[in-house]
Amino acid sequence: MSISRIWWIFQKEVSALFGSLVAYVVVVLFLIIVGGMFWVPFFEEVSPVTMRSFFMQAPLFLCFFVPALTMHMFASEEQSGTLELMMTLPIARVELVLGKFLAAYVLLLAALGMTLTYPLTLHILASQQGVWLDFGECLAGYLGLMLLGGAYTAIGVMGSSLTRDQVVSVLVSFALCFALFMCDQLGEVLGLGGDALLGVQYLSTSYHFKAISRGLLSMADVVYFLSVMVCALAVTTARQGTRRIG
Amino acid sequence: MQILLVSPDVTSTPPYNAISLHKVSVAYQRQAPLALRDINLSIPTGEVVGLLGPNGAGKSTLMRLLTGLVPATQGEVHVLGHNVATHAHDVRVRVGYLPERVPLYEQMLVWDYLRYMARLRGVTKASLDARMQVVIDGTGLKEVLGKPVSQLSKGFRQRVGIAQAMVHNPDLLILDEPTTGLDPNQILELRSLIRTHGDGRTVLFSTHVMQEVAAMCDRVLFLFSSRLVAEFARADLERMASERACTLTDQLEHMFYTFTHQGVALASGEEE
Repeated sequence: MSISRIWWIFQKEVSALFGSLVAYVVVVLFLIIVGGMFWVPFFEEVSPVTMRSFFMQAPLFLCFFVPALTMHMFASEEQSGTLELMMTLPIARVELVLGKFLAAYVLLLAALGMTLTYPLTLHILASQQGVWLDFGECLAGYLGLMLLGGAYTAIGVMGSSLTRDQVVSVLVSFALCFALFMCDQLGEVLGLGGDALLGVQYLSTSYHFKAISRGLLSMADVVYFLSVMVCALAVTTARQGTRRIG
Repeated sequence: MQILLVSPDVTSTPPYNAISLHKVSVAYQRQAPLALRDINLSIPTGEVVGLLGPNGAGKSTLMRLLTGLVPATQGEVHVLGHNVATHAHDVRVRVGYLPERVPLYEQMLVWDYLRYMARLRGVTKASLDARMQVVIDGTGLKEVLGKPVSQLSKGFRQRVGIAQAMVHNPDLLILDEPTTGLDPNQILELRSLIRTHGDGRTVLFSTHVMQEVAAMCDRVLFLFSSRLVAEFARADLERMASERACTLTDQLEHMFYTFTHQGVALASGEEE
Protein backbone atom coordinates (compact mmCIF):
# COMPACT_ATOMS: atom_id res chain seq x y z
CA MET A 1 0.00 0.00 0.00
CA SER A 2 1.37 3.40 -1.00
CA ILE A 3 0.54 6.47 1.07
CA SER A 4 1.43 8.74 -1.83
CA ARG A 5 -1.12 7.07 -4.13
CA ILE A 6 -3.80 7.32 -1.43
CA TRP A 7 -2.86 11.00 -1.08
CA TRP A 8 -3.24 11.64 -4.85
CA ILE A 9 -6.61 9.90 -4.96
CA PHE A 10 -7.65 11.78 -1.82
CA GLN A 11 -6.60 15.13 -3.33
CA LYS A 12 -8.53 14.46 -6.53
CA GLU A 13 -11.64 13.35 -4.64
CA VAL A 14 -11.54 16.31 -2.25
CA SER A 15 -11.21 18.65 -5.20
CA ALA A 16 -14.18 16.94 -6.90
CA LEU A 17 -16.29 17.06 -3.72
CA PHE A 18 -15.56 20.71 -2.98
CA GLY A 19 -16.33 21.54 -6.60
CA SER A 20 -19.60 19.67 -6.53
CA LEU A 21 -22.89 21.55 -6.30
CA VAL A 22 -24.57 18.47 -4.85
CA ALA A 23 -22.10 18.40 -1.94
CA TYR A 24 -22.72 22.07 -1.17
CA VAL A 25 -26.49 21.58 -1.30
CA VAL A 26 -26.27 18.57 1.03
CA VAL A 27 -23.98 20.37 3.51
CA VAL A 28 -26.10 23.55 3.52
CA LEU A 29 -29.29 21.53 4.02
CA PHE A 30 -27.63 19.66 6.87
CA LEU A 31 -26.58 22.91 8.55
CA ILE A 32 -29.99 24.54 8.06
CA ILE A 33 -31.97 21.57 9.35
CA VAL A 34 -29.70 20.68 12.26
CA GLY A 35 -29.21 24.34 13.14
CA GLY A 36 -32.95 25.04 12.93
CA MET A 37 -33.80 22.05 15.11
CA PHE A 38 -31.31 23.29 17.69
CA TRP A 39 -31.82 27.05 17.68
CA VAL A 40 -35.58 27.46 17.14
CA PRO A 41 -36.60 25.59 20.33
CA PHE A 42 -33.71 27.28 22.15
CA PHE A 43 -35.09 30.75 21.53
CA GLU A 44 -38.75 29.75 21.89
CA GLU A 45 -38.46 28.48 25.42
CA VAL A 46 -36.17 28.85 28.37
CA SER A 47 -33.49 26.26 27.65
CA PRO A 48 -30.50 25.14 29.64
CA VAL A 49 -27.11 26.14 28.27
CA THR A 50 -26.19 22.84 26.73
CA MET A 51 -25.60 21.25 23.33
CA ARG A 52 -27.40 18.10 24.39
CA SER A 53 -30.35 18.51 21.99
CA PHE A 54 -27.92 19.00 19.09
CA PHE A 55 -26.08 15.80 19.94
CA MET A 56 -29.40 13.95 20.21
CA GLN A 57 -30.60 15.05 16.76
CA ALA A 58 -27.43 15.23 14.68
CA PRO A 59 -26.78 11.45 14.55
CA LEU A 60 -30.19 10.80 13.01
CA PHE A 61 -29.68 13.47 10.38
CA LEU A 62 -26.26 12.10 9.57
CA CYS A 63 -28.02 8.86 8.53
CA PHE A 64 -29.59 10.84 5.67
CA PHE A 65 -26.85 13.28 4.80
CA VAL A 66 -23.74 11.13 4.77
CA PRO A 67 -25.12 8.69 2.14
CA ALA A 68 -26.01 11.72 0.01
CA LEU A 69 -22.39 12.90 0.20
CA THR A 70 -20.94 9.51 -0.67
CA MET A 71 -23.50 8.27 -3.22
CA HIS A 72 -21.41 9.19 -6.26
CA MET A 73 -18.10 7.83 -5.00
CA PHE A 74 -18.11 4.55 -6.92
CA ALA A 75 -21.57 4.57 -8.52
CA SER A 76 -20.87 7.51 -10.83
CA GLU A 77 -17.40 6.20 -11.71
CA GLU A 78 -18.86 2.87 -12.71
CA GLN A 79 -21.53 4.59 -14.78
CA SER A 80 -19.07 6.89 -16.58
CA GLY A 81 -16.53 4.12 -17.24
CA THR A 82 -13.70 5.79 -15.28
CA LEU A 83 -13.74 2.94 -12.77
CA GLU A 84 -12.83 0.50 -15.57
CA LEU A 85 -9.76 2.59 -16.30
CA MET A 86 -8.88 2.90 -12.61
CA MET A 87 -8.90 -0.88 -12.33
CA THR A 88 -6.22 -1.07 -15.04
CA LEU A 89 -3.87 1.26 -13.14
CA PRO A 90 -1.09 -0.05 -10.91
CA ILE A 91 -2.93 0.91 -7.74
CA ALA A 92 -4.18 -1.39 -5.02
CA ARG A 93 -7.95 -1.54 -4.56
CA VAL A 94 -7.57 -0.59 -0.93
CA GLU A 95 -5.71 2.59 -1.93
CA LEU A 96 -8.60 3.63 -4.12
CA VAL A 97 -11.12 2.88 -1.38
CA LEU A 98 -9.15 4.69 1.33
CA GLY A 99 -8.54 7.75 -0.85
CA LYS A 100 -12.24 8.08 -1.53
CA PHE A 101 -13.26 7.37 2.07
CA LEU A 102 -10.86 9.94 3.50
CA ALA A 103 -12.03 12.60 1.05
CA ALA A 104 -15.69 12.09 1.96
CA TYR A 105 -14.74 12.04 5.64
CA VAL A 106 -12.91 15.35 5.34
CA LEU A 107 -15.99 16.94 3.76
CA LEU A 108 -18.11 15.59 6.60
CA LEU A 109 -15.66 16.93 9.17
CA ALA A 110 -15.78 20.30 7.44
CA ALA A 111 -19.59 20.26 7.71
CA LEU A 112 -19.36 19.29 11.39
CA GLY A 113 -16.72 21.97 11.86
CA MET A 114 -19.20 24.58 10.67
CA THR A 115 -21.55 23.57 13.49
CA LEU A 116 -18.86 24.66 15.98
CA THR A 117 -20.41 28.09 15.58
CA TYR A 118 -23.35 26.75 17.62
CA PRO A 119 -21.47 26.11 20.87
CA LEU A 120 -19.45 29.28 20.36
CA THR A 121 -22.60 31.37 19.90
CA LEU A 122 -24.21 29.59 22.83
CA HIS A 123 -21.18 30.33 24.95
CA ILE A 124 -21.21 34.03 24.06
CA LEU A 125 -24.95 34.33 24.75
CA ALA A 126 -24.75 32.39 28.02
CA SER A 127 -21.63 34.11 29.33
CA GLN A 128 -23.46 37.44 29.16
CA GLN A 129 -25.88 35.97 31.70
CA GLY A 130 -23.07 34.59 33.80
CA VAL A 131 -23.76 30.97 32.79
CA TRP A 132 -21.08 28.77 31.26
CA LEU A 133 -21.29 26.09 28.62
CA ASP A 134 -19.88 22.70 29.55
CA PHE A 135 -17.05 22.42 27.00
CA GLY A 136 -16.13 18.93 28.22
CA GLU A 137 -19.55 17.66 27.23
CA CYS A 138 -19.25 19.51 23.95
CA LEU A 139 -15.88 17.97 23.19
CA ALA A 140 -17.18 14.48 23.98
CA GLY A 141 -20.22 15.04 21.75
CA TYR A 142 -18.10 16.16 18.82
CA LEU A 143 -15.73 13.26 19.30
CA GLY A 144 -18.75 10.93 19.18
CA LEU A 145 -20.02 12.64 16.03
CA MET A 146 -16.62 12.27 14.39
CA LEU A 147 -16.56 8.54 15.12
CA LEU A 148 -20.18 8.06 14.12
CA GLY A 149 -19.63 10.12 10.95
CA GLY A 150 -16.62 7.97 10.08
CA ALA A 151 -18.70 4.82 10.41
CA TYR A 152 -21.52 6.27 8.29
CA THR A 153 -19.04 7.53 5.67
CA ALA A 154 -17.54 4.05 5.37
CA ILE A 155 -21.04 2.56 5.02
CA GLY A 156 -21.90 5.22 2.44
CA VAL A 157 -18.79 4.45 0.39
CA MET A 158 -19.65 0.76 0.61
CA GLY A 159 -23.24 1.44 -0.53
CA SER A 160 -21.90 3.38 -3.49
CA SER A 161 -19.69 0.48 -4.51
CA LEU A 162 -22.59 -1.97 -4.56
CA THR A 163 -24.52 -0.34 -7.39
CA ARG A 164 -24.04 1.99 -10.33
CA ASP A 165 -27.29 3.82 -9.54
CA GLN A 166 -26.74 6.74 -7.16
CA VAL A 167 -30.34 6.72 -5.91
CA VAL A 168 -30.09 3.03 -5.03
CA SER A 169 -26.74 3.77 -3.39
CA VAL A 170 -28.32 6.42 -1.14
CA LEU A 171 -31.20 4.14 -0.21
CA VAL A 172 -28.96 1.15 0.60
CA SER A 173 -26.57 3.28 2.69
CA PHE A 174 -29.37 5.08 4.48
CA ALA A 175 -31.11 1.78 5.29
CA LEU A 176 -27.89 0.37 6.75
CA CYS A 177 -27.07 3.52 8.77
CA PHE A 178 -30.65 3.82 10.02
CA ALA A 179 -30.86 0.13 10.93
CA LEU A 180 -27.62 0.36 12.91
CA PHE A 181 -28.84 3.55 14.57
CA MET A 182 -32.22 2.15 15.59
CA CYS A 183 -31.45 -1.48 16.41
CA ASP A 184 -31.06 -0.95 20.18
CA GLN A 185 -34.47 0.68 20.33
CA LEU A 186 -35.89 -2.11 18.20
CA GLY A 187 -34.56 -4.60 20.74
CA GLU A 188 -36.38 -2.79 23.50
CA VAL A 189 -39.61 -2.60 21.46
CA LEU A 190 -39.41 -6.33 20.77
CA GLY A 191 -39.00 -6.93 24.47
CA LEU A 192 -35.62 -8.58 24.15
CA GLY A 193 -33.80 -9.14 27.39
CA GLY A 194 -30.53 -10.42 28.74
CA ASP A 195 -27.77 -11.26 26.31
CA ALA A 196 -29.99 -10.75 23.25
CA LEU A 197 -30.65 -7.12 24.24
CA LEU A 198 -26.99 -6.58 25.06
CA GLY A 199 -26.04 -8.01 21.69
CA VAL A 200 -28.47 -5.77 19.85
CA GLN A 201 -27.31 -2.78 21.86
CA TYR A 202 -23.70 -3.51 21.06
CA LEU A 203 -24.55 -3.45 17.35
CA SER A 204 -26.26 -0.09 17.64
CA THR A 205 -24.41 3.10 16.70
CA SER A 206 -26.70 5.22 18.89
CA TYR A 207 -25.91 3.11 21.99
CA HIS A 208 -22.18 3.73 21.59
CA PHE A 209 -22.66 7.35 20.54
CA LYS A 210 -24.78 8.11 23.60
CA ALA A 211 -22.10 6.66 25.85
CA ILE A 212 -19.42 8.87 24.31
CA SER A 213 -21.58 12.00 24.19
CA ARG A 214 -22.21 11.64 27.93
CA GLY A 215 -18.48 12.06 28.33
CA LEU A 216 -17.74 8.38 28.96
CA LEU A 217 -15.06 7.62 26.42
CA SER A 218 -14.43 3.90 26.64
CA MET A 219 -12.16 1.87 24.38
CA ALA A 220 -15.06 -0.50 23.60
CA ASP A 221 -17.03 2.32 21.95
CA VAL A 222 -14.05 3.56 19.96
CA VAL A 223 -13.25 0.00 18.86
CA TYR A 224 -16.88 -0.48 17.82
CA PHE A 225 -16.86 2.54 15.50
CA LEU A 226 -13.45 1.65 14.09
CA SER A 227 -14.70 -1.91 13.50
CA VAL A 228 -17.69 -0.65 11.53
CA MET A 229 -15.37 1.49 9.41
CA VAL A 230 -12.92 -1.37 8.79
CA CYS A 231 -15.69 -3.86 7.95
CA ALA A 232 -17.44 -1.50 5.54
CA LEU A 233 -14.18 -0.54 3.82
CA ALA A 234 -13.12 -4.20 3.62
CA VAL A 235 -16.41 -5.06 1.89
CA THR A 236 -15.87 -2.12 -0.49
CA THR A 237 -12.35 -3.29 -1.28
CA ALA A 238 -13.51 -6.87 -1.84
CA ARG A 239 -16.30 -5.58 -4.05
CA GLN A 240 -13.74 -4.00 -6.41
CA GLY A 241 -12.29 -7.46 -6.98
CA THR A 242 -15.61 -9.04 -7.84
CA ARG A 243 -16.84 -6.23 -10.06
CA ARG A 244 -18.04 -7.42 -13.43
CA ILE A 245 -16.49 -5.37 -16.20
CA GLY A 246 -18.06 -5.39 -19.62
CA MET B 1 0.91 -16.35 -43.54
CA GLN B 2 -0.08 -18.26 -40.45
CA ILE B 3 -3.45 -19.82 -39.93
CA LEU B 4 -3.68 -20.76 -36.28
CA LEU B 5 -4.31 -24.45 -36.22
CA VAL B 6 -1.39 -25.26 -33.93
CA SER B 7 -0.72 -23.66 -30.53
CA PRO B 8 2.33 -21.39 -30.55
CA ASP B 9 5.02 -21.83 -27.93
CA VAL B 10 4.39 -19.88 -24.79
CA THR B 11 7.35 -18.55 -22.86
CA SER B 12 7.71 -16.09 -20.04
CA THR B 13 11.48 -16.18 -19.80
CA PRO B 14 13.46 -13.33 -21.39
CA PRO B 15 13.50 -12.51 -24.18
CA TYR B 16 9.79 -12.83 -23.75
CA ASN B 17 6.92 -12.09 -26.06
CA ALA B 18 4.96 -8.93 -25.38
CA ILE B 19 1.80 -11.02 -25.34
CA SER B 20 1.43 -14.78 -24.94
CA LEU B 21 -1.93 -16.49 -24.67
CA HIS B 22 -2.18 -20.22 -24.30
CA LYS B 23 -5.58 -21.88 -24.80
CA VAL B 24 -7.37 -18.94 -23.25
CA SER B 25 -11.14 -18.81 -22.91
CA VAL B 26 -13.18 -16.11 -21.21
CA ALA B 27 -16.77 -16.17 -19.99
CA TYR B 28 -18.18 -13.16 -18.21
CA GLN B 29 -20.49 -15.33 -16.15
CA ARG B 30 -20.92 -19.01 -15.46
CA GLN B 31 -23.12 -20.69 -18.06
CA ALA B 32 -22.78 -17.60 -20.29
CA PRO B 33 -21.49 -18.03 -23.86
CA LEU B 34 -17.72 -17.68 -24.15
CA ALA B 35 -16.58 -14.16 -24.99
CA LEU B 36 -13.22 -15.61 -26.08
CA ARG B 37 -12.71 -19.21 -27.06
CA ASP B 38 -9.47 -21.19 -26.99
CA ILE B 39 -7.16 -18.36 -28.03
CA ASN B 40 -3.50 -19.08 -28.73
CA LEU B 41 -1.40 -16.06 -29.52
CA SER B 42 2.20 -14.86 -29.40
CA ILE B 43 3.11 -11.26 -30.17
CA PRO B 44 6.82 -10.38 -30.17
CA THR B 45 7.91 -7.15 -28.52
CA GLY B 46 8.24 -4.05 -30.64
CA GLU B 47 5.40 -4.72 -33.07
CA VAL B 48 2.37 -2.60 -33.89
CA VAL B 49 -0.54 -5.03 -34.06
CA GLY B 50 -3.99 -4.39 -35.49
CA LEU B 51 -6.97 -6.28 -34.18
CA LEU B 52 -9.77 -6.68 -36.69
CA GLY B 53 -13.17 -8.24 -36.37
CA PRO B 54 -16.85 -7.43 -36.51
CA ASN B 55 -18.69 -5.98 -33.52
CA GLY B 56 -19.08 -8.56 -30.78
CA ALA B 57 -16.17 -10.66 -32.00
CA GLY B 58 -14.33 -10.32 -28.68
CA LYS B 59 -11.83 -7.54 -29.46
CA SER B 60 -12.60 -5.47 -26.37
CA THR B 61 -12.67 -8.59 -24.20
CA LEU B 62 -9.22 -9.57 -25.46
CA MET B 63 -7.92 -6.12 -24.56
CA ARG B 64 -9.52 -6.22 -21.12
CA LEU B 65 -8.01 -9.63 -20.61
CA LEU B 66 -4.53 -8.27 -21.30
CA THR B 67 -4.96 -5.45 -18.76
CA GLY B 68 -6.17 -7.86 -16.09
CA LEU B 69 -9.65 -6.33 -16.05
CA VAL B 70 -11.22 -9.62 -17.05
CA PRO B 71 -9.82 -12.91 -15.79
CA ALA B 72 -9.28 -15.88 -18.07
CA THR B 73 -11.77 -18.66 -17.40
CA GLN B 74 -9.28 -21.15 -18.85
CA GLY B 75 -5.69 -20.95 -20.02
CA GLU B 76 -2.77 -18.69 -19.24
CA VAL B 77 -2.17 -15.07 -20.15
CA HIS B 78 1.35 -13.65 -20.08
CA VAL B 79 1.97 -9.97 -20.76
CA LEU B 80 5.54 -8.64 -20.96
CA GLY B 81 6.74 -11.83 -19.32
CA HIS B 82 4.34 -11.70 -16.38
CA ASN B 83 1.39 -13.94 -15.70
CA VAL B 84 -1.55 -11.55 -15.57
CA ALA B 85 -3.45 -13.70 -13.08
CA THR B 86 -0.64 -13.69 -10.51
CA HIS B 87 1.33 -10.51 -11.29
CA ALA B 88 -1.34 -8.05 -12.37
CA HIS B 89 0.43 -5.13 -10.72
CA ASP B 90 3.68 -5.77 -12.62
CA VAL B 91 1.70 -5.85 -15.83
CA ARG B 92 -0.29 -2.71 -15.10
CA VAL B 93 2.82 -0.66 -14.41
CA ARG B 94 4.01 -1.34 -17.95
CA VAL B 95 0.73 -1.27 -19.88
CA GLY B 96 -1.21 1.75 -21.14
CA TYR B 97 -4.87 1.25 -21.93
CA LEU B 98 -7.53 3.29 -23.68
CA PRO B 99 -11.01 1.70 -23.46
CA GLU B 100 -13.51 2.06 -26.26
CA ARG B 101 -15.54 4.61 -24.30
CA VAL B 102 -13.02 7.27 -23.27
CA PRO B 103 -13.21 7.51 -19.50
CA LEU B 104 -12.56 11.04 -18.26
CA TYR B 105 -13.27 13.02 -15.10
CA GLU B 106 -15.47 15.74 -16.50
CA GLN B 107 -14.84 18.36 -13.82
CA MET B 108 -11.04 18.16 -13.97
CA LEU B 109 -8.83 20.39 -16.07
CA VAL B 110 -6.99 18.53 -18.84
CA TRP B 111 -3.62 19.33 -17.23
CA ASP B 112 -4.75 18.12 -13.81
CA TYR B 113 -6.26 14.96 -15.28
CA LEU B 114 -3.07 14.03 -17.12
CA ARG B 115 -0.92 14.74 -14.05
CA TYR B 116 -3.26 12.65 -11.90
CA MET B 117 -3.13 9.73 -14.31
CA ALA B 118 0.64 10.05 -14.68
CA ARG B 119 1.11 9.90 -10.91
CA LEU B 120 -1.20 6.89 -10.56
CA ARG B 121 0.53 5.16 -13.45
CA GLY B 122 3.79 5.42 -11.57
CA VAL B 123 5.57 8.31 -13.29
CA THR B 124 8.19 9.62 -10.88
CA LYS B 125 8.25 13.24 -9.80
CA ALA B 126 11.61 13.71 -11.55
CA SER B 127 10.30 12.62 -14.94
CA LEU B 128 6.74 13.91 -14.60
CA ASP B 129 7.20 17.24 -16.40
CA ALA B 130 9.18 15.68 -19.23
CA ARG B 131 6.60 12.91 -19.80
CA MET B 132 3.75 15.41 -19.66
CA GLN B 133 5.48 17.52 -22.28
CA VAL B 134 5.99 14.51 -24.57
CA VAL B 135 2.36 13.41 -24.54
CA ILE B 136 1.00 16.96 -24.72
CA ASP B 137 3.12 17.67 -27.78
CA GLY B 138 2.40 14.26 -29.27
CA THR B 139 -1.36 14.50 -28.91
CA GLY B 140 -1.64 18.24 -29.62
CA LEU B 141 -3.32 19.12 -26.36
CA LYS B 142 -1.41 22.32 -25.60
CA GLU B 143 -4.31 24.63 -26.46
CA VAL B 144 -6.81 22.89 -24.17
CA LEU B 145 -4.66 22.18 -21.09
CA GLY B 146 -6.46 24.80 -19.00
CA LYS B 147 -9.95 23.69 -20.04
CA PRO B 148 -12.24 21.42 -18.05
CA VAL B 149 -12.64 18.04 -19.71
CA SER B 150 -16.41 18.61 -19.92
CA GLN B 151 -15.84 21.44 -22.43
CA LEU B 152 -13.77 19.41 -24.87
CA SER B 153 -14.90 18.30 -28.32
CA LYS B 154 -15.08 14.59 -29.08
CA GLY B 155 -11.76 14.68 -30.90
CA PHE B 156 -9.95 16.34 -28.00
CA ARG B 157 -11.54 13.94 -25.52
CA GLN B 158 -10.16 11.07 -27.57
CA ARG B 159 -6.72 12.69 -27.59
CA VAL B 160 -6.78 13.17 -23.82
CA GLY B 161 -7.69 9.49 -23.49
CA ILE B 162 -4.74 8.51 -25.67
CA ALA B 163 -2.43 10.86 -23.76
CA GLN B 164 -3.31 9.29 -20.42
CA ALA B 165 -2.60 5.84 -21.85
CA MET B 166 0.85 6.91 -23.06
CA VAL B 167 1.91 9.23 -20.28
CA HIS B 168 4.04 6.63 -18.48
CA ASN B 169 5.77 5.51 -21.67
CA PRO B 170 4.33 1.98 -21.48
CA ASP B 171 6.02 -1.05 -22.98
CA LEU B 172 2.63 -2.25 -24.22
CA LEU B 173 0.01 0.22 -25.40
CA ILE B 174 -3.53 -1.12 -25.82
CA LEU B 175 -5.96 1.12 -27.67
CA ASP B 176 -9.59 0.16 -28.27
CA GLU B 177 -10.70 1.97 -31.44
CA PRO B 178 -8.45 4.98 -30.82
CA THR B 179 -9.36 7.00 -33.91
CA THR B 180 -13.08 7.16 -33.22
CA GLY B 181 -14.18 10.80 -33.41
CA LEU B 182 -10.94 12.13 -34.84
CA ASP B 183 -10.83 14.20 -38.02
CA PRO B 184 -8.49 13.13 -40.88
CA ASN B 185 -5.67 15.41 -39.74
CA GLN B 186 -5.90 14.13 -36.20
CA ILE B 187 -5.92 10.55 -37.47
CA LEU B 188 -2.68 11.22 -39.38
CA GLU B 189 -1.13 12.75 -36.24
CA LEU B 190 -2.24 9.79 -34.16
CA ARG B 191 -0.77 7.34 -36.67
CA SER B 192 2.51 9.17 -36.45
CA LEU B 193 2.34 9.10 -32.65
CA ILE B 194 1.60 5.39 -32.54
CA ARG B 195 4.40 4.63 -35.00
CA THR B 196 6.81 6.71 -32.93
CA HIS B 197 5.72 5.05 -29.73
CA GLY B 198 5.80 1.65 -31.38
CA ASP B 199 9.51 2.07 -32.11
CA GLY B 200 10.83 -0.63 -29.77
CA ARG B 201 7.58 -0.99 -27.87
CA THR B 202 4.43 -2.94 -28.59
CA VAL B 203 1.12 -1.42 -29.60
CA LEU B 204 -2.13 -3.37 -29.92
CA PHE B 205 -5.12 -1.50 -31.28
CA SER B 206 -8.54 -2.45 -32.55
CA THR B 207 -10.22 -0.71 -35.41
CA HIS B 208 -12.77 -1.07 -38.19
CA VAL B 209 -10.73 1.14 -40.51
CA MET B 210 -8.50 -0.89 -42.83
CA GLN B 211 -6.44 2.15 -43.85
CA GLU B 212 -5.23 2.47 -40.28
CA VAL B 213 -4.12 -1.12 -40.20
CA ALA B 214 -2.44 -0.78 -43.59
CA ALA B 215 -0.67 2.38 -42.50
CA MET B 216 0.63 1.25 -39.14
CA CYS B 217 0.63 -2.46 -38.48
CA ASP B 218 3.44 -5.00 -38.48
CA ARG B 219 0.92 -7.74 -37.75
CA VAL B 220 -2.83 -8.22 -38.09
CA LEU B 221 -5.13 -10.42 -36.05
CA PHE B 222 -8.62 -11.41 -37.15
CA LEU B 223 -11.16 -12.23 -34.47
CA PHE B 224 -14.53 -13.66 -35.29
CA SER B 225 -17.21 -15.06 -33.04
CA SER B 226 -14.91 -15.17 -30.00
CA ARG B 227 -12.16 -16.99 -31.91
CA LEU B 228 -8.84 -15.87 -33.27
CA VAL B 229 -9.35 -17.06 -36.83
CA ALA B 230 -6.14 -15.81 -38.42
CA GLU B 231 -2.90 -13.94 -37.89
CA PHE B 232 -0.72 -12.35 -40.57
CA ALA B 233 2.63 -10.61 -40.63
CA ARG B 234 2.81 -7.45 -42.71
CA ALA B 235 5.22 -9.01 -45.21
CA ASP B 236 2.72 -11.81 -45.89
CA LEU B 237 -0.08 -9.33 -46.39
CA GLU B 238 2.01 -7.25 -48.79
CA ARG B 239 2.91 -10.36 -50.76
CA MET B 240 -0.73 -11.40 -51.01
CA ALA B 241 -1.73 -7.89 -52.08
CA SER B 242 0.96 -7.94 -54.70
CA GLU B 243 -0.25 -11.31 -56.03
CA ARG B 244 -3.79 -9.95 -56.31
CA ALA B 245 -2.48 -6.68 -57.77
CA CYS B 246 -4.36 -4.62 -55.21
CA THR B 247 -3.53 -2.25 -52.38
CA LEU B 248 -2.90 -3.43 -48.84
CA THR B 249 -6.17 -1.82 -47.76
CA ASP B 250 -8.10 -3.72 -50.46
CA GLN B 251 -6.36 -6.92 -49.45
CA LEU B 252 -7.35 -6.39 -45.81
CA GLU B 253 -10.96 -5.65 -46.79
CA HIS B 254 -11.03 -8.79 -48.90
CA MET B 255 -9.62 -10.86 -46.04
CA PHE B 256 -11.96 -9.32 -43.49
CA TYR B 257 -14.89 -10.27 -45.71
CA THR B 258 -13.51 -13.75 -46.32
CA PHE B 259 -12.73 -14.53 -42.71
CA THR B 260 -15.96 -13.22 -41.32
CA HIS B 261 -17.93 -15.26 -43.86
CA GLN B 262 -15.78 -18.32 -43.31
CA GLY B 263 -16.41 -17.75 -39.65
CA VAL B 264 -20.15 -17.63 -40.21
CA ALA B 265 -19.92 -20.94 -42.05
CA LEU B 266 -17.76 -22.39 -39.28
CA ALA B 267 -20.11 -21.20 -36.56
CA SER B 268 -23.13 -22.50 -38.46
CA GLY B 269 -21.44 -25.86 -38.90
CA GLU B 270 -20.72 -26.07 -35.18
CA GLU B 271 -24.28 -25.30 -34.26
CA GLU B 272 -25.51 -28.06 -36.52
